Amino acid sequence: MNFYNEMMDAHGGVRAHYQGYDTWLKATPPERIARKRAEADLAFHRVGITFAVYGEEAGKERLIPFDIIPRIIPAPEWESLQSGLRQRVKALNMFLHDVYHDQEIIKAGKIPAEQILNNAQFRPEMMGVDLPGQVYAHIAGVDIVRAGEGEFYVLEDNLRVPSGVSYMLEDRKMMMRLFPELFAKHKVAPVQHYPDMLLEKLRAVAPKGVSNPTVVVLTPGAYNSAYFEHTFLAQQMGVELVEGRDLFVKDEVVYMQTTQGPRRVDVIYRRLDDDYMDPLAFRADSSLGVPGILKAYQAGNVTLSNAIGTGVADDKSIYPYVPDMIRFYLGEEPTLNNVPTYMCRKPDDLKYTLDHLAELVVKEVHGAGGYGMLVGPASTKEQIEHFRQLLIAKPDGYIAQPTLALSNCPTFVEEGIAPRHLDLRPFVLSSGKCVDMVPGGLTRVALTKGSLVVNSSQGGGTKDTWVLEE
Amino acid sequence: MLSRTADHLFWMSRYIERAENLARLLDVTYQMSLVPQSLDAINQSWAAIIALNSLEEAYAKKYSVVNGENVLRFMVSDPDNFASIHSCLRLARENAHAVRGTLTTEMWETLNSTWLEAREKTFDQLFNAGIGDYFEWVKMRSSLSRGTTLGTLLQDEAYHFIRLGTLLERADNTARILDVKYHVLRPQGDEGATDFYEWGALLRSVSAFEVYRKVYRDVITPERVAELLIFNKDMPRSLQFCMNSVIKNLDLISNSNSGETQRQAGMLHAHLRYGRIEDILEHGLHEWLSDFMDRIYMLGNGISKDFLVPMGEAA
Repeated sequence: MNFYNEMMDAHGGVRAHYQGYDTWLKATPPERIARKRAEADLAFHRVGITFAVYGEEAGKERLIPFDIIPRIIPAPEWESLQSGLRQRVKALNMFLHDVYHDQEIIKAGKIPAEQILNNAQFRPEMMGVDLPGQVYAHIAGVDIVRAGEGEFYVLEDNLRVPSGVSYMLEDRKMMMRLFPELFAKHKVAPVQHYPDMLLEKLRAVAPKGVSNPTVVVLTPGAYNSAYFEHTFLAQQMGVELVEGRDLFVKDEVVYMQTTQGPRRVDVIYRRLDDDYMDPLAFRADSSLGVPGILKAYQAGNVTLSNAIGTGVADDKSIYPYVPDMIRFYLGEEPTLNNVPTYMCRKPDDLKYTLDHLAELVVKEVHGAGGYGMLVGPASTKEQIEHFRQLLIAKPDGYIAQPTLALSNCPTFVEEGIAPRHLDLRPFVLSSGKCVDMVPGGLTRVALTKGSLVVNSSQGGGTKDTWVLEE
Repeated sequence: MLSRTADHLFWMSRYIERAENLARLLDVTYQMSLVPQSLDAINQSWAAIIALNSLEEAYAKKYSVVNGENVLRFMVSDPDNFASIHSCLRLARENAHAVRGTLTTEMWETLNSTWLEAREKTFDQLFNAGIGDYFEWVKMRSSLSRGTTLGTLLQDEAYHFIRLGTLLERADNTARILDVKYHVLRPQGDEGATDFYEWGALLRSVSAFEVYRKVYRDVITPERVAELLIFNKDMPRSLQFCMNSVIKNLDLISNSNSGETQRQAGMLHAHLRYGRIEDILEHGLHEWLSDFMDRIYMLGNGISKDFLVPMGEAA
């Protein structure tokens, strides 16, 4: 396979937007680079920018490897990505509103009813609930990969509790601290106003009649893998970081327990899955949520961000229909590509998938985080056979996609600088008609040679992402 | 501020202060043990530290004899001993981790790197390198954490709860050091040459040696040492100083439930404001200090009940 290299063109020449960086890299002594890389490691440790890996020793924290070669996107390319993201997220929010109200899209025959109504992520509790600005996914983390020149694909729309934005911000801070001279020479679009933008969006979707809303961030607690990010965002926005046990509901109003007594809470940026939000409504064994909060939410006395039930729009079984949603709700042609997807619940698609397992990527419909997937070309015969059995046993649990030739970018690895595959997760913020984002996003890079899986839980790293003005 | 946040801040500062005071207590005991005296007397002062923390049982499970090295090993680095310096630094860091968003970056980095460094050190390394250096290190890390708090944190409720934790803990610890050392030193009735070194070491353990000279300009006597540590209103580790500050911070955070706790604190403060060392010594210093520590304990409970533990829907 031929891979698109973000930095070098097909003839080995440096692409125009990487010229400045390349010159700097060649002129900088390797010892200085090595020293700076060690410095970055130490700083990330001291600041405690770590994440916990599920399945490893409880409470153990790991660093996400940080690479000092930035992923650079020229401004015009970003402009087109941005308009595609706006379009896509707008349509997804309209879809969610429709699903939980009149279900026009089902009536129009665009998506089979059972795909929505029988989806485990569909929440009947949300039927007829009106949300401020009709926005469901206030924060979306859309995963995008590049296959070739100007050829971008959306891999996933993360509309539940997308994470990673703190790494985007910390990576930038680190690059500026290590190599200020690079920023003097390049016009890198700033991203540090993200928390401000987020707070503005959260305040904008407060319940009706609340003029000065109290916003909080709800975390599952210090042992959650993204706890660093939760504290980071709460601190940057200057709002309280609460756990379920800090909140209680009385007369369908949510309060937090403070040193001066109970205080009303209006907007909750929750980093907790639907299932755990309310033991009275969802999983009864959840001690992380707040009993009665669903009732308060249905009554319109509190805003949850993201809304309950957004999972029905980012589920892999709904993903293939997103281009149709864009056409249906906006009357526009999609700007961003979808990856062609075989839905194994369809006999023809299943047959094709089984016949081409070695070439395809197979994903669990409800999986996330890079767990439970098969990358055909990178797998052993045993792994492929194992998945064949899984597929035959439960075809509707899987989708398959062609293995994309993900672009790569030079990256520091043990043997020196070598190309590694990467993706991009821009964070898209919505309130009412307004859809905004900071330029760029989080670039994740698969550090293992040849690997196409960039998730940090699977040994991925991150890079600073530069949108470069001309 | 969230009750839980206040609770973590309060305990974060208590644990770091406790680590510092434990380092001070162990340091003075270690130094005193270097002054020529009988082995019995030395081991008795080590045993007093275990008794002071009510750890006799836990200690006996691990060690058959009480001696300097064992007690130091137990109180400095034992991760199973929840009262060791190691555990205090870990708990300080854990509490900070739970509210790191409320702390300034400098405060968090100080506590986090303190723990990361402490974790790396085995007892044998510390002991062979000179345990005194380690105690200095603990004191410096505590100073650093106090310094970053004072130098970077907004002086709002968070700051008041941190100060409350620090001062309550310090009051308790100064009372403890005085209690245990006074009793080891005083019953001998021997006011000879060693006394000067021992009382000097006690004063140094609360950074009060030079202060004593400045205040009294005279030889060191046990009564004055007790007076200085209890009643001096300007000495940052004295009981009165701590209580002055407790009162002040408690006023700043008061709520509709905290009246009784404030009254208790006021009573205790009045004892220190208007008490005299002669009266205390007449009735017995040990009894007075025990009573003081009980009241500090009650005060901590009161603060916990009024501010830190969720009051439930009824409130």
